[in-house]
Amino acid sequence: MDTLTHILATGLRTILDVLPIVVILLGFQVLVIRRMPPHPKRMAIGFLYVLIGLTLFLVGLEQALFPIGETMASQLTAPAFIGTPAEGGAVSVNWRDYVWVYVFAFTIGLSTTVAEPSLIAVALKAQEISGGALNAFALRMAVALGVAVGVAIGAYRIVSGFPLPYFILVGYVIVILQTLWSSRSIIPLAYDSGGVTTSTVTVPVVAALGLGLASTIPDRSPLIDGFGLIAFASVFPIISVLGYAKIAEILQNRRTARTRQEAYQHEQSLDKGNVS
Amino acid sequence: MPSALSDRLWRVEMSKSLKGFLSLITNAVRDLAPIVMVIAFFQIVILQQPFPNLGNVIVGLIFVVLGLALFIQGLEMGLFPIGENMADALARKGSLTALMGFSFLLGFGTTVAEPALIAVAAEAADVASVAGAIDDNPAARSDYAFGLRMTVALSVGIALIIGVFRILKGWPVHYLIIGGYIMVVVMTFFAPEEIIGIAYDSGGVTTSTITVPLVTALGVGLASAIRGRNPMVDGFGLIAFASLTPMIFVMMYGMVY
Repeated sequence: MDTLTHILATGLRTILDVLPIVVILLGFQVLVIRRMPPHPKRMAIGFLYVLIGLTLFLVGLEQALFPIGETMASQLTAPAFIGTPAEGGAVSVNWRDYVWVYVFAFTIGLSTTVAEPSLIAVALKAQEISGGALNAFALRMAVALGVAVGVAIGAYRIVSGFPLPYFILVGYVIVILQTLWSSRSIIPLAYDSGGVTTSTVTVPVVAALGLGLASTIPDRSPLIDGFGLIAFASVFPIISVLGYAKIAEILQNRRTARTRQEAYQHEQSLDKGNVS
Repeated sequence: MPSALSDRLWRVEMSKSLKGFLSLITNAVRDLAPIVMVIAFFQIVILQQPFPNLGNVIVGLIFVVLGLALFIQGLEMGLFPIGENMADALARKGSLTALMGFSFLLGFGTTVAEPALIAVAAEAADVASVAGAIDDNPAARSDYAFGLRMTVALSVGIALIIGVFRILKGWPVHYLIIGGYIMVVVMTFFAPEEIIGIAYDSGGVTTSTITVPLVTALGVGLASAIRGRNPMVDGFGLIAFASLTPMIFVMMYGMVY
């Protein structure tokens, strides 16, 4: 019974959340376009699926994973687990004590990104448009790796207390250098993948990790240092996707070079055969 | 999207719908397995604690799998076609005002009600009152949070206008984005310190699960409908703008307020 009311409440929230979108879409359809789209019934059913699917997804996450994930984030950052003396005064924070926090940050960033529905959507679209040249699963793995590294570095930043802008600035410089060196067809998709990674699944657990870290480490304010993990998770996927595309391109070039060389050698041996 | 093709896809889909749904379920299980493994590993091996309410967790996981499968199914049937059709119809209509109006409203409308943004705006108001930027009372805080939400929603609307205009013109996305990065860095020097973390995070929270497919389909649909545009080169990039402008606007908000 409890679950049922939870589903209904979440469903209502989802509907309220998409209401503005529905109003805008219908408004433009009726007032500006004034033409029936093909398969209106199918689209409506699809939209309904999206609403029901998202509701079930959120209810399930809230019931199964978020409570444990959030408790876990605060337990792993608690002084009792880290082993530093909690009683006040001059407690020096050694960033090496937090190894499990970084491992957690990395693995949770990786695994939540793999399950992120909006990333699945963009990856499917990219695979469709590139005619299969771009593999949706590989793209998602590249993004997930970027988020994992980003969240782990972000956790290290909170522990070490270095200012956030320096890290982001370095991230931007890397992105700009990579952009100069990348093929034009991957750049927009790579930039997009920075924004799509952080939604339904990743944000709650990662935010809990940031707040947990910032509130248990001395001299950190949860209000100021707790933020910033999401920013890391949005810059690093750009780097990893551009990097993945570059590696794929180099491997592809090498393969074509090799087949070309083999064809050339084959041709030469044929020529020799003709001469003699 | 030519209707003959989508018509055929529709029929194929109907005949295979059950088999297709099973494969969606399998994919959903595969996508969720890593989170379950990570959480189980940390709970059992590192923290050495039992799983609380194992029954609840299993029921929840079944919901998650079903929900993800339904969402993906609905994405292909509903959200993508809706976005692409709107883009196509607006491109055919040829009215720049209608297209820009649609882009702005889509960005503004999907962001203003976004739960993650409402949560972040409330936290930002707490930060501002602790830092002394605003009075420490509920009315001042809710004014501040409301203003911040409007700012971010406005910035996403403007982002989509810029992004759609770029698709029409065929400008390379990276000049605009790198220009945006430079603005972010420059503004970081002038913005009050306590707003910076929130500003940087606000770029990530504005793009929700329903907005992303719609906005992606809008960009790809426009790039497909306009002659001389390549969906891969010109179609993507709208999300990138939508996650960059909020950073700039939120820092501006922190400076002005």
